[in-house]
Amino acid sequence: MQNVRNPNLTSSKGTRFMGFLLLVGVPTLVLFAFFLTPEDDNMEDAVRLLYIHVPMAIFAYVAVITTGIGSIFYLWKKSRWWDTVAHASAEIGLIFCGLVLVTGSIWGRPTWNTWWEWGDVRLVTTLVLFLMLLGYLALRQVPANPDLRAKRASVVGIIVAINIPIVNRSVEWWENSTLHQQSSLTDGKLEDLTLFTLFLGLILAGVCYLWLMTHRFRVGWLQTEIENEGAIGVLQERIAEGTASSTETIIKEDGEGEVR
Amino acid sequence: MSHLGYLLAGWITAVGVLAVYAWRIIQKGKELSSKVPEHRQRWMSPSQDT
Repeated sequence: MQNVRNPNLTSSKGTRFMGFLLLVGVPTLVLFAFFLTPEDDNMEDAVRLLYIHVPMAIFAYVAVITTGIGSIFYLWKKSRWWDTVAHASAEIGLIFCGLVLVTGSIWGRPTWNTWWEWGDVRLVTTLVLFLMLLGYLALRQVPANPDLRAKRASVVGIIVAINIPIVNRSVEWWENSTLHQQSSLTDGKLEDLTLFTLFLGLILAGVCYLWLMTHRFRVGWLQTEIENEGAIGVLQERIAEGTASSTETIIKEDGEGEVR
Repeated sequence: MSHLGYLLAGWITAVGVLAVYAWRIIQKGKELSSKVPEHRQRWMSPSQDT
């Protein structure tokens, strides 16, 4: 089927549909999160922050795993499609991971009576993940041959992705070194409406990730096209310069002014 | 509602940051799309990779 889209935008039928879902879904999530779900016995109303914090955390993991997969496939196939996927997903992962840290910190203040706890493994491993993503994106800014840059970034991308099981399992592996509770989704203590709202948040975070990913991927692809075009232009100029200088040499050697 | 300030701070930060990021991506896409000819805007599948 032909995908109808404006050539001067990175949107398409699919992204417009996802955008529509988000425009309808986010106010619905706010309605459920703030007004329809009950408060928690322990966390009171602070539980309403988890409807955004937990989905963000899960899709931060998804984004980083996608970067890892993209990096592996780049090293295997040497395809810039996969490199662009890895790059786009890392940037979105950084945003999601940053928001997880911020919303988690805001949630921690009324619940744990602290904004941050350096002894907490979940908090510190998430911060390490955030810093690694920053490092990955900084590495991509280092001027280098595009292939070399993609190769370096892929190696770092795989290392960042290896961090995900450590972040996710940290509350179980080091359960005495964390204030953070274990998985809210699998402990079976959530009521129906709370669970529904959490799943609605998850679906919307997924749609948001896909929407951002599609646009960011297309932006990345366009950037590479422009970069390639620039490289071809420079090459053509050098070829032209080379041709001109060899012509001049021929003229000088002949001394008769005949251009060959 | 208890902790309303924290709730608003968390939600507004999250939704706001995502909205600003989305806006920036769209603007960047708009700017770059105008610089690349349509026949070279091949983003849709890995088989179109060059």
